[in-house]
Amino acid sequence: MTAAQRRWLLLAPAVAILACVAAGPLLVMLVYSFLEPGEFGGVRPAFSLDAWFSVLFARDMFDPEIVEPNIAHLAILWRSVSLALQTTLVCIVLGFPTAWFIATRPRGTRELWLFLVTIPFWTNLLVRTFAIQEVIRNRGLVNTLLMQAGVIDEPIQMLYTDFAVLVGMAYVFLPLMVLPLYAAMERVDRRLLEAARDLYASRWRMFREVVLPLSRPGLVAGSVLVFIPAIGAWVTPRLLGGGRNLMLGNLIELQFGQGRNWPLGAALSMTLLALVLVALLVYLRAVDPDTRRRDHG
Amino acid sequence: MVVRAAYTFALVLAVACGAPVHAAGTLNIYNWGNYTPPALIQKFEEQTGIRVTITEYDSNDTALARVRRGGHGFDIVVPSNSYLHFWIDQDLLMPLDRAVVRGLDNIDPRWRDVDFDPGRRYSVPWLWGTTGVIVDTSVWDGDIDTADIFLDPPEPLRGRINVIPQMSDVMHLAVRAAGGEPCTDDREVLQAVRAQLDRARHHWIAIDYGTIDGFVAGDIAAGVYWNGAALRVRLARDDFRFGYPQTGFPIWMDNAAVLADARNPEAAMKFIDFILEPEHAAMISNFARYANGIAGSERYLDEVMRDAPEIRVPDELADAGRFSVACPREVHALYMRIWTEVLR
Repeated sequence: MTAAQRRWLLLAPAVAILACVAAGPLLVMLVYSFLEPGEFGGVRPAFSLDAWFSVLFARDMFDPEIVEPNIAHLAILWRSVSLALQTTLVCIVLGFPTAWFIATRPRGTRELWLFLVTIPFWTNLLVRTFAIQEVIRNRGLVNTLLMQAGVIDEPIQMLYTDFAVLVGMAYVFLPLMVLPLYAAMERVDRRLLEAARDLYASRWRMFREVVLPLSRPGLVAGSVLVFIPAIGAWVTPRLLGGGRNLMLGNLIELQFGQGRNWPLGAALSMTLLALVLVALLVYLRAVDPDTRRRDHG
Repeated sequence: MVVRAAYTFALVLAVACGAPVHAAGTLNIYNWGNYTPPALIQKFEEQTGIRVTITEYDSNDTALARVRRGGHGFDIVVPSNSYLHFWIDQDLLMPLDRAVVRGLDNIDPRWRDVDFDPGRRYSVPWLWGTTGVIVDTSVWDGDIDTADIFLDPPEPLRGRINVIPQMSDVMHLAVRAAGGEPCTDDREVLQAVRAQLDRARHHWIAIDYGTIDGFVAGDIAAGVYWNGAALRVRLARDDFRFGYPQTGFPIWMDNAAVLADARNPEAAMKFIDFILEPEHAAMISNFARYANGIAGSERYLDEVMRDAPEIRVPDELADAGRFSVACPREVHALYMRIWTEVLR
């Protein structure tokens, strides 16, 4: 057996699993998105582009000839992209100093800090989200403390807002930003920092021209790891958004449930997939040195 | 294959040990969440030696999708009236075996020959209820028998309203408040409903199933809710009252039926007959706080339920109640679009 053959043989189980549980269902969804909805869910084997049409458009209720943008879907789409970007941003702001802190601890103690970062993963996502609910609800921890301290008279409505969804997602996805950032920062040669300091670089300049460029691969990887699950998030917006602030994942679920419009659900899933692919393309461009060199001439 | 082997092994073991409990087999019930009283199941198990498992669902659509996919292993399901005809049309249910199910005469005459299952060939009542509004009267003590509670809420309730995420119930209330019939496709009515909901949604804090805790703790002061759930809230805090919108409100009934591909139809039929006993029907009511459809069960009901205003629809408002129906596909799609705009 040649090395190539052996490689393929070893890959075979993974490829088979991916074909069965990823590619197969995806293909089914793709086909569904071009069919007509069945009575009470399911699909009818009749070709139709209606599902794809209604991802972004709608027909006027009085005059079906008039085509208008689907304001509901556009609003939900926008919220998903916007909240996913905000989540990524919050994770960068919180994760960057954290990762740097860990990377600059003495060898041997870093593992302990990393270990602490992974502690939230021990508890189920659902339980953690319910816990956040308890903290930010009207008679929850934060409001009670603020009221007792006399800072506010009336509880601040935090639960069931976009803010709550943002807090929940940033909390859940933060480790996904810290870990790749740490991996990149750990490899930064400390002597470069000393050199910069010797040459009288200000702290800001040191950060901008040494730390940031060298942490870039981790930053990009972390952003992708946060953005992709954030844009498809389901549990967090469902529990903290109060069902009022739908994100794409919730909209898709609605179509497979009460909406009884599986083709639309499938078309929306494909739209989500396309958004993820765009994010990955941006990622590839950002890390591929060839592309970067071309960009810089 | 492993499963099959394990099953055979278990069977051999059961036979070898002559286990009497397993002789009658198992019964797998697929029911709504928090809807099946453990005490009822325990009594059934003791009486029959049949072992019962319960799996829960949260919506008719979930139950339907799972059963249609096949391979579910369930024996009993409890669909709502508006979905039942579809279950029957699709041959998903097994006709009741009159030789085993002998208590059909216990069904209250009102629920015996119903449109959604003429002659009760396939199903028996589990529980029935209404969808109306709930109000914390310590926050607002005006008229609560109106859909305005959530469609055009009085000032003190604004921003503290929760609406259950059940499109068909909410649309039923809103359409009838606008003067339309359930499932109407009258564009004038629907346009009015759409505009009304678009104004109203800004006063809603959540579109969620709502927890009793949320009402008691004061997160939510009013909303669209089910009568039995409203009763549970009132029992936890006495300020809450349930209102029946006089412009119209939906009535629903969940019905127990045996699945066409049930693994243990005999046990399932026995269970159906079991819950037709007034005493057992009352156990279900006492647990979930909804009325059942079995005559003579009243005397087994808890004190708090017997004359509860949530359970007894006031005579002057009884006519406003209408059975919820599943709308035709085109109408459903229209309603869904309006609903999605509310959720945006």
